[in-house]
Amino acid sequence: MKTTTGREDLLRGVWRENPVLVQLLGLCPALAVTNTVANSLAMGLATFFVLMGSSLLVSSLKGVIPHEVRISAYILIIATFVTIADMVLAAVVPDIHKALGAFIALIVVNCMILGRQEAFASKRPVGRALLDAAGTGVGFVVAMLLMGTVREVLGNGSLLGVPVLGSGYEPWVVMILPPGGFFTLGFILLGFAWWRGRAEERPAVREWPHGVRTSTRKEAA
Amino acid sequence: MGELFLILISAMLVNNFTLALFLGLCPFMGVSAKVGTALRMGAANVFVLVITSITAWGLNTYVLGPAPYLRIISFVVVIASLVQIVEMTIKKFSPALFRELGIFLPLITTNCAILGLAIFQTNRGYGFLEGLAFAVGAGLGLTLALVLMASIREQTELATVPSVARNMGLVLIVAGSLSLAFMGFAGLFTG
Repeated sequence: MKTTTGREDLLRGVWRENPVLVQLLGLCPALAVTNTVANSLAMGLATFFVLMGSSLLVSSLKGVIPHEVRISAYILIIATFVTIADMVLAAVVPDIHKALGAFIALIVVNCMILGRQEAFASKRPVGRALLDAAGTGVGFVVAMLLMGTVREVLGNGSLLGVPVLGSGYEPWVVMILPPGGFFTLGFILLGFAWWRGRAEERPAVREWPHGVRTSTRKEAA
Repeated sequence: MGELFLILISAMLVNNFTLALFLGLCPFMGVSAKVGTALRMGAANVFVLVITSITAWGLNTYVLGPAPYLRIISFVVVIASLVQIVEMTIKKFSPALFRELGIFLPLITTNCAILGLAIFQTNRGYGFLEGLAFAVGAGLGLTLALVLMASIREQTELATVPSVARNMGLVLIVAGSLSLAFMGFAGLFTG
């Protein structure tokens, strides 16, 4: 396995290997509950908590869990933390808990969390596992907030419930409805692909006059 | 009987699991490149959803009464084990059926549509028959979405799309358009 520094472990998941925007993991919550910024944030933080807790426990128990039943053990650990998150949300922010509904329980089957346990936490020391979980968790929160902001501003003309686009703005209601989730993520991914394509083309553009000169010289000869 | 039919149609079209509730997106994105595969995946889904519905009903009725906080954990564990047992049984008694559906079963177990069905069914307080209708409707809805997506993707494979759109971006925009179309079913039963 490639050795990485703690800094890399922490920063990798935030942007370059962002779980939602680059690896396309955990799409279900990223599309389902991002219709407002508040819901996105609550879901992001709940997932962050579950990821940190699971990585801590899986990494600490890596010598104890038998290899054959490791996936079941990870799922049990994750489900335990999800149950805690579910109860805490119900007690602290009952309105948001109601709006998120079944999707809190569905954090259990977020493939991003299981993926980090299998690929990282089960093989690395506790400190590194926590750094990795924190980075991936922050990356997830960033993606959720990006989706939530776009959808709430365009679909409702507001940010965190405060109107920001003035009274003359006609909200694009479709953005807070299910199709809006698909469209928002679709256009974000198209934007990324376009941006990456431009970044790759840039050196070629810089060499362009040079290429032209060689060909004209050939023609002259 | 009329009410059961209503639950079935509602789960299949109005609140389509994939296109309105975003459940089961992994197979929707991953296994929707060919219509044949999509159909088999859908059939396997219906099968697992029905097992899930019966299991969740059994657990809720006979086991979880005194300890509702164990719901998430017990659903995940019991459903996963049951699907595993069913998979082994099919492998033993009907290798042909196993080749058609079996390879999808382990994938489906960790699919959010399965746990989603169990939790929705619990939250809405469905009984045994209502749960079955809900499961069959949800399964048919997933199949419908998968097959629609697969038939569109078979076409876009041959189309000349801009190079930026040759990734998941295009699939998501297509899914958004399908979802928009399915919103048309929303007023089906109120008029």
